[in-house]
Amino acid sequence: MIFNMSATILRASATRSALRAAASSAPKRAGLAGASFVRGKATLPDLPYDYGALEPAISGQIMELHHSKHHNTYVTSYNNFSEQMASAQSAQDIAAQIALQPLINFHGGGHVNHSLFWENLAPKSQGGGEPPSGQLSKKIDESFGSLEEFQKKMNAALAGIQGSGWAWLVQDTQTGNIGIKTYANQDAVVGQFRPILGIDAWEHAYYLQYQNRKAEYFSAIWDIINWKTAEKRLK
Amino acid sequence: MSYTLPPLPYAYDALEPAISAQIMTLHHSKHHQTYVNNLNAALAAQATATSANDVPAAVANLQAIKFNGGGHINHSLFWQNLSPPGSNSATSAANLGKAIAAAWGSQDAFQDAFSKTLLGLQGSGWGWLVKHTVTGQLSIVTTKDQDPVAADEVPIFGVDMWEHAYYLQYLNSKPDYVKNIWTVINWKVAEERFNGGRGDAFKVLRAQLS
Ligand SMILES: [Fe+2]
Ligand SMILES: [Fe+2]
Repeated sequence: MIFNMSATILRASATRSALRAAASSAPKRAGLAGASFVRGKATLPDLPYDYGALEPAISGQIMELHHSKHHNTYVTSYNNFSEQMASAQSAQDIAAQIALQPLINFHGGGHVNHSLFWENLAPKSQGGGEPPSGQLSKKIDESFGSLEEFQKKMNAALAGIQGSGWAWLVQDTQTGNIGIKTYANQDAVVGQFRPILGIDAWEHAYYLQYQNRKAEYFSAIWDIINWKTAEKRLK
Repeated sequence: MSYTLPPLPYAYDALEPAISAQIMTLHHSKHHQTYVNNLNAALAAQATATSANDVPAAVANLQAIKFNGGGHINHSLFWQNLSPPGSNSATSAANLGKAIAAAWGSQDAFQDAFSKTLLGLQGSGWGWLVKHTVTGQLSIVTTKDQDPVAADEVPIFGVDMWEHAYYLQYLNSKPDYVKNIWTVINWKVAEERFNGGRGDAFKVLRAQLS
């Protein structure tokens, strides 16, 4: 509607690592201790498929904006606030460090979450929507009864998010059990829980295509879930 | 008794070009309507839990009242504190204008500070100009998701920063939405709210009970 996406092609580069923070772009440290905080920068990961490849579940227009604008803003903001954090640390300015923490949490979380999200989606031609197998399938059946029941519960969790946020299938690192958890805004799945499969419930993830009918987005996304990626994340 | 969707005080396309008719239509007839429906359902559930002396159920239901009630309150206030471009300039708010100048130095400095606050919001939420009931002083506050302003604050005007409020028109260009919202702030309503108390600001809600 606002611009035509169909011609836009973005191929994956050879590197598909979700998070390429501290990549090869900069020397770790230069010069005397305390004199420099040169560090690797987070970079926007390439998508492992074309922008239009997830249609009709997610439109090419949404994918392009979501990846090249929204995710990219999280990456640049995270780098910006990380630099400020490094300066605050070197100046031993504790108040400034505390003030920066929510910004690191938000933008760093936005980068981590979206990086995981792109990889746990796939076009049908690359296995999107094919049900899980092995250990993950077994755990889902044990915990939820069936894949269908799990999807129902996950959709209910997504629909229940009040405001912006994410729903995740997580694994408890203490017990190994899996479960569904929702996170506000860009809070990342860290600490006790391990991210297995995430779904973005921010309005920007679906609004251009689904407007207020978000239940339709939640039901369509199962056609493009990459369960192979989810299986690899399970330990 | 249940709440009904308040009619807009202008046509769906009246706020163009700042806010498109498509956004206004969806925002009012779908999003706000859903908050009203879910608020009525939550209030009914609360009455049932209360009459059954089921405290766990009553407590578990509170967040649904807060979220959907907040959505109804906030949007009702929002529609009223907007008006077609050029119909109400800031100069028409005499008392409020003086208080703004006293607090921020100038109208421009206030608008800059307010815009910056809106753009700093993380996730869904609202930016508000409020008057404190005790001190009478103004401040800029944000509320997350559909939280309403605090009980000791009079909302003067609010700006919806949920993505549904601008995304169909502005996409990720949130600063442009924030810039253009100033052309549709209803300073006449803002002045009335500044001169009044919380009961005056919220009278739109009582009017929508049937
Ligand atoms: Fe997103
Ligand atoms: Fe809204």
